[in-house]
Amino acid sequence: MTPTLLGRLQTRWATVWTVGLAWVLLIGPLLPLAGPTTATVRHTGIASLVLVAIVGTVWELLYHLVQQLRWDKDWPTLLGLVLGVPEGFVVYQLLIRDLPFVTDPISPQPFIWQFATVWLVIWAVTNGPIRILFPRWRFAGGRFL
Amino acid sequence: MHTTTVPVPESPPRPPTRSGVPPVVPGAPSSAVPSVLDDAQVLATGRRVLHRRFATVGAGLGSLAMVHLWRLAGVADGDLCAIGPLPSPSDTYRYLAGNSQIPAHERLRSDSGSTIDAIWGWPGYALRESIEEVNPTQALRVLTEPLLSEFFTPKAGQVYRSVERETARLGWSRVHQPGWVQCIRRAAGGGYWIFVDSDTHGRLAIAAEYVHIAVGYPGVALLPDLQEFRTQHPEAGFRVVNAYEPHDFIYEELSKRPGVVLLRGSGIVASRVLQRLLDDIEAGRSDTRVVHLFRNYVDSSQGNSPLFRRRGGGGFAYQAFNYPKASWGGQLRAQLEGLDGAERADLIDRMGGTNTAPRRSWRRQIRRLTRTGAYRQVQGVVTSVEPTENGVETTIARADGSSEVLPTTYVLDATGLQADPATHPLYADLLARSGARRNPKGRLAVEPSFEVCGTRSGSGRMYASGAMTLGGLYAGVDSFLGLQYAALKAADDMAAAGALPRIGPRRSAIGWLRWATNRAYRPGAAEPGQSEVNAGQANASHANVSQVEGVRS
Repeated sequence: MTPTLLGRLQTRWATVWTVGLAWVLLIGPLLPLAGPTTATVRHTGIASLVLVAIVGTVWELLYHLVQQLRWDKDWPTLLGLVLGVPEGFVVYQLLIRDLPFVTDPISPQPFIWQFATVWLVIWAVTNGPIRILFPRWRFAGGRFL
Repeated sequence: MHTTTVPVPESPPRPPTRSGVPPVVPGAPSSAVPSVLDDAQVLATGRRVLHRRFATVGAGLGSLAMVHLWRLAGVADGDLCAIGPLPSPSDTYRYLAGNSQIPAHERLRSDSGSTIDAIWGWPGYALRESIEEVNPTQALRVLTEPLLSEFFTPKAGQVYRSVERETARLGWSRVHQPGWVQCIRRAAGGGYWIFVDSDTHGRLAIAAEYVHIAVGYPGVALLPDLQEFRTQHPEAGFRVVNAYEPHDFIYEELSKRPGVVLLRGSGIVASRVLQRLLDDIEAGRSDTRVVHLFRNYVDSSQGNSPLFRRRGGGGFAYQAFNYPKASWGGQLRAQLEGLDGAERADLIDRMGGTNTAPRRSWRRQIRRLTRTGAYRQVQGVVTSVEPTENGVETTIARADGSSEVLPTTYVLDATGLQADPATHPLYADLLARSGARRNPKGRLAVEPSFEVCGTRSGSGRMYASGAMTLGGLYAGVDSFLGLQYAALKAADDMAAAGALPRIGPRRSAIGWLRWATNRAYRPGAAEPGQSEVNAGQANASHANVSQVEGVRS
């Protein structure tokens, strides 16, 4: 991918609230989790999405700075995948710190399942299938508008 | 391709005799044709008249990208044509790639998502190769490139196969109009007349409202001193050859007797030709020595800023593709769009220029053969090229003022293709007669929509894509992805003009499904969405022409 800063932000927000939300609502309840209720799982998922979008905006600024050191000004596919680990860690740390919109207690297992699968799906979609609907997206550095 | 810019393949060892010479297009000189034509003038030429609202000139890969989008937008057979002499859009590319030693099984310098057969670029060539060969290696390579592996690049043969599949699906044989374009003229009532000469279809005048030109490079160009050598010493002309010319006879000769080759150039073509020469040596197929002449020797990374620094060393400037990746669709594309004139040309030069791919296998091979003495690098400027009894003697001047004489059997010029539009009869004619002008790089000036500046004709618009548009707002024009980008911008512009429906998410997704399932466009029939195209609205002036074939009600 060769995102611009604006493209990064648009793509993150757009995919989180379409692909990510659909995944949390439709697939989340089907994840093989023992213990938490469906409502808890869904709540964890949506709270994670909120943080992935908001905190991710800061991450994207950092990524954009790092990208400046690359001659090709590109963002390798592998980075897009593995950066889910630090991002997930930060989101989890925030979730367990009594944020106002987090009403249920967060347990690690449903969070890891939700976050990892959502991250993987968004990563996969943005590395190809997104262009089926938006053929101009890759030429516009990830911008939709 | 529009012209005979690519020499007809000759049987080796007969050497190529012409190079960089403006090709000859059969028929009357276009300068005799008035700049604006009315119907009576067209009829007076005796040409058979066709109406095609959308026409692309070249019928190569650039035209394929355009037709792909026209089809996606719902344009039917009778409304479009692709004019060019060769039957397959990949013919010229395959010919040039083959000459420059990229046979079907070798890899190009193009990324996985640059799928010339599909605007979406997914699945890319890597995933397709993995599926075809039931081997995940290449798909995994895309996952790890360029951090843990080199960039994936597709095999030439895979690209050709994808083109053949897509041309069959698009009904290319039905929309392909064999022939050479003589000239393009404004029609008095708007739109354009395209004069086409064909051995098999006679002389045609095609009325089109939207014209797209993608005829590629004007031709092969030898370095001036080598061109001079060939002109002065035609009997020894075969000893100096451009890498894009047929030159397999050189490798055959070198397999029979020891020889020395002087290689000039340090771009991707030089790398590929060098690999061929060194492969033959290492495999014991030849006893050749290679002298590699660098005019500009790159001994370290280029650029003072850590934010804009390109790898380099050992003579070569290295980057994966001919421009940084972001110039096709990222921040460098955006940056270029913000520049004008000389600043734009300067950024294009700094991002591009002569460079090659940093393939590990190439660099290792060079190190090995340098140690054995089979490969040697020299730096300098050529001061003379003279024939000898069994070869060519090149004299160079070094930076320190000394000189060196390099006796060789052959000289291989890998410095590229002819890039001056004035050497192509169609471009030269456009520049002289249509109002088209040059951009800061000296090539054809185009608008952000790739409309050729100064050529509008009533409701008609003329677009161009490919190498001849370098210097505009997009650096990577001479690439698969660049051809697709230009076609997309042109299609969007036609949509804004009301000529086509815009390719939105729904149309795009349906089109992708059709492509993925290889669903062909039916002959002549309107496809879903076809009614949205204002067929039959090619300019009013043309409707009066009586000797018309293909006129719609």
